[in-house]
Amino acid sequence: MIANYGYKDGSGEYYISIDTDKCTQCPIEHACTRACPKDMYEIITDDYDDRVAAIKAPHRKTLAYDCTGCKPAGGHTTLPCTTACTPGAIRHSW
Amino acid sequence: MNTTAAAAPAAGEKKEYWRWQESVWVDETKNWRDAKFITAGIDVGSVSSQAVVMCDGELYGYSSMRTGSNSPDSANNAIKSVLEKAGGMTLDDLQFVVGTGYGRVNVPFANKAITEIACHARGANYMGGSSIRTILDMGGQDCKAIHCDERGKVTNFLMNDKCAAGTGRGMEVIADLMQIPIADLGPRSFDVDVEPPAVSSVCVVFAKSEALGLLKAGWSKNKVVAAYCQAMAERVVSLLERIGVEKDFFITGGIAKNPGVVKRLERLLKLESVQTKYDSQIAGALGAALFGYTLVQKQGVPAKAASG
Amino acid sequence: MYTAGIDMGARSVKVVLLEELKVEGAPQLKWGVKQTHIMFPEDLDMDVAAEKVYGEALQAAGLTREQIGRVVATGTGRKQVKFAQDSVTEVSAGARGAVFMCPSARTVIDVGAEEGRGIKAAPDGKVVDFAGNEKCAAGAGAFAESMSRALQLPLADFGAASLRSQKTIPMNAQCTVFAESEVVSLIHANTPKEDIAKAVLDAVASRVTAMARRVGIEEDVVLIGGMVHNPGFVQSLKNALGVEKVLLPEMPEYIGALGAALVATEAHA
Repeated sequence: MIANYGYKDGSGEYYISIDTDKCTQCPIEHACTRACPKDMYEIITDDYDDRVAAIKAPHRKTLAYDCTGCKPAGGHTTLPCTTACTPGAIRHSW
Repeated sequence: MNTTAAAAPAAGEKKEYWRWQESVWVDETKNWRDAKFITAGIDVGSVSSQAVVMCDGELYGYSSMRTGSNSPDSANNAIKSVLEKAGGMTLDDLQFVVGTGYGRVNVPFANKAITEIACHARGANYMGGSSIRTILDMGGQDCKAIHCDERGKVTNFLMNDKCAAGTGRGMEVIADLMQIPIADLGPRSFDVDVEPPAVSSVCVVFAKSEALGLLKAGWSKNKVVAAYCQAMAERVVSLLERIGVEKDFFITGGIAKNPGVVKRLERLLKLESVQTKYDSQIAGALGAALFGYTLVQKQGVPAKAASG
Repeated sequence: MYTAGIDMGARSVKVVLLEELKVEGAPQLKWGVKQTHIMFPEDLDMDVAAEKVYGEALQAAGLTREQIGRVVATGTGRKQVKFAQDSVTEVSAGARGAVFMCPSARTVIDVGAEEGRGIKAAPDGKVVDFAGNEKCAAGAGAFAESMSRALQLPLADFGAASLRSQKTIPMNAQCTVFAESEVVSLIHANTPKEDIAKAVLDAVASRVTAMARRVGIEEDVVLIGGMVHNPGFVQSLKNALGVEKVLLPEMPEYIGALGAALVATEAHA
């Protein structure tokens, strides 16, 4: 399952997508939760009883602002969260 | 969470363009006492709450009412409504109750809480059939786009509750601005000479100014409403495309009752939405009750906790 | 030699006329020779409005059109200013004007009605980088204006009220429309208006600061636009940025028009 956390508003579309099938193969025990400087990730038990990563609820509505530290105006090539996730379960839409 | 058509206000009544009707229904042809497993789903949304009762996985009854300021009360009121209508049914007769929606943690008599995403998919699978793959739910304050498989299991989803554009609230703002009851917006949007392009602003606040400017430029109210509906449809398309548009397509929530958006959306997607004989607002609670049915067969009837 | 800058905003038109004075060979700019601004009347075309305000400015300055060497326009409606010889973006104009007024400024925070942005400026006023959230009212001045209506507290009093607040209350809504309802609920729950005002200004400050972080916050920070007149917002901004000092130029709404006029002066030279 792909869980897309985030929103679209007048200024753009901001989604962090987590592929829960890949997430369940996490070899490094939730590296994402330690990699994010804003501590935006958490591990939840989803509706299908899988232990997977998710974006914490308060952050889901402020992604454009919360991720600015890792996304300078000049552009970015790597992000701590996607780098830490070796199964490649995390994707940013912007 | 869900808004539906408003009854037109009586002359002299203060105009509340967002109001919609509460309802309760049971299947009089069934006798619930014959059922082996009676399960319920309670969907407590920020605007409306629904309770659905199923007998052996078949829909038996439901209620839909406004959520009050207190979520546990809303859950209690919703279920009590159905229990009374069923005649003699009590909370103890419900063998498994699943809470869902924004207030799902506040259903005191629930055995489990499951997210509205999973419940809506399951509900849509029941209401629209196992061929349903793409689901749109637009409620009062949020919008969900869900892709599921033939069993109603979610494969891709997104939920937007950050931005009012593309939610029932966005529609209500225009209804208030144009002073048109929300139920009439859809039909009036088709009463135009030429279908206008969408308003350019996604943001409801800026779309309001844009709408006023269009009126001043001589556009009729109907034309402005049409442009607004088109904008909302286009916005929804982009949300659906993110999770994958695949037939069959199903719409739940208050938006299902707004042909102004639904028809334009179908036109853009080149997909018609599957019709259902059930009230579009109960999908979440219905899915929750179905989850309850699966769980009670797997796990047995849970030990009774303190009930509400 | 005179030049003119016109800032054709969403809500108002600002005009600045500049006179370049040569003092001991080095050109100096006497800024703000005359300026006028008018609330954009909804039934006037943008370029009709621009003409009107420009005419008024010239009259007030005692100048004729022929005396103006060059006109540059900026703002959302800059392309509609037919009599301008050139146009520049609000970002460029804002940075130029801000650094001219505050030469030590390196980060410009601009909270307009429709966009909140952060600009990194070089010592000569050129734009190094910028980031903003366009077209979402929550990230701009429109948010505060909306809440001011919901609170029934004029924006002028908003700032003062927020400074009296002793408490930080959370604001869950991230959308102007949802926030209005949240504010109404807070009022019904008897939340003091000061605390609500502070929460609102903190929210705008935090959003525009997040944008500024994308360009990197380098002191001195300067704030431009109408929010300069709001001491509550200035305090919220300082807190969000984590700086002690935010420069507040005079006539902050004219910074964009000034920047355009400066560009006109350079081109004309």
